[in-house]
Amino acid sequence: MELVVRNLTVARGGVPVLVGLGFRLAPGGVVMLRGPNGSGKTTLLRTLAGLQPPMDGEISLPPETIAYAAHADGLKSQLTVTENLAFWAAVHGTRDIEAALVAMNLASLRDRPAANLSAGQKRRLGLARLLVTGRPFWLLDEPTVSLDTASVALFAEAVGAHVAGGGAALIATHIDLGMEAEVFDVGPFKADPDTPAGSGAFDRDFDAAFDGAIQ
Amino acid sequence: MIALLVRDLRLTFRAGGGFGLGLAFFLIVTVLVPFGVGPQSDLLARIAPGILWVGALLACLLSLDRIFQLDFEDGSLDLLATAPLPLEGVVTMKALAHWVTTGLPLTLAAPLFGGLMSLPQAGYFWVFVTLLIGTPALSMIGTFGAALTVGLKRGGLLLSLLVLPLYIPTLLFGAETARRGIMGMDYAQTLAILAGVSAGSIAILPFAAAAAIRINLR
Repeated sequence: MELVVRNLTVARGGVPVLVGLGFRLAPGGVVMLRGPNGSGKTTLLRTLAGLQPPMDGEISLPPETIAYAAHADGLKSQLTVTENLAFWAAVHGTRDIEAALVAMNLASLRDRPAANLSAGQKRRLGLARLLVTGRPFWLLDEPTVSLDTASVALFAEAVGAHVAGGGAALIATHIDLGMEAEVFDVGPFKADPDTPAGSGAFDRDFDAAFDGAIQ
Repeated sequence: MIALLVRDLRLTFRAGGGFGLGLAFFLIVTVLVPFGVGPQSDLLARIAPGILWVGALLACLLSLDRIFQLDFEDGSLDLLATAPLPLEGVVTMKALAHWVTTGLPLTLAAPLFGGLMSLPQAGYFWVFVTLLIGTPALSMIGTFGAALTVGLKRGGLLLSLLVLPLYIPTLLFGAETARRGIMGMDYAQTLAILAGVSAGSIAILPFAAAAAIRINLR
């Protein structure tokens, strides 16, 4: 199974942000998604995860094979580390959370409420969730935010282990994780605001009509 | 899906979860109304089923915006939408959790608080039964409203405006069935309509709510 994206156009609020995207991600591969802030990396990842429909083009994999990790970790502050993780494991039909706790160095924090975790510890718990989903394709949106150097290494190790086990990861990040990876820059695919399908076609018509009405 | 129900119940019962808010509001209404109406226990007894129903409905309304908003803010809703659970199932479990923490306690408390309203003897049974049948509809309709307004900051006002008209059939037939039951009149029709509204809501609204969430997450 391979993630193949062909001629994909993704939109935010009905306005295309990236047009004609194409890349592939085979099992065992890691792709680093690069691009400046606001270039549409998150929109692309949300589209691949099935949270919003693509405007055009095709995605070869169903969203059921994809585990998505967003900026927000989806943690409940009143629940403990174990309860949070066990919930996501149960939702995904897996049971083993011990390995994930150990992999993200959370074993000593297991009974602490998530409210009392530091930002980096919360992030680690959010990433541990990926390990319990049991899904092969990881889509990670800025996974290393608020992680210290040791935790980044821990995270890189977890991704390495996942990839070595036949998984794959698409990571939007600005830092070098020190792993072998292809780089995919979204810059060249930025939607041209002046194309007919581009942004504001409706707004332009509306503006023209509005101007006409005023005159 | 059971895991989701267990988590939601656990969250509600833990500190800051908001359990008891609706119940406290309900108690306040039933304590205050007799003061407002004055010492006319026959009048109070006549309006008691209606007041209990209105109180339960408003208490139910209080906690609606929490159903999806917290999950939306901390990112859980995105992750639940990408999880293997069908979103319709997620919505149903959310509504069920809301009913267990709001509708069910209100139903159990209504006969208790009815004493404050000099509810007639037969009323204890009828208020309990009509609330038991009607409150699932309140939770389900409310969950639908919460799904419609999930992305909005301070969407509580809009949520109330959306949901209140949809609550009216349940209120109307719930209170009317209770009244008829107490007066010994024929209640079969209104009871059937009340149950029909609940059954219809539970059958249809999970799909509508799931569709609303899908659109709001885009």
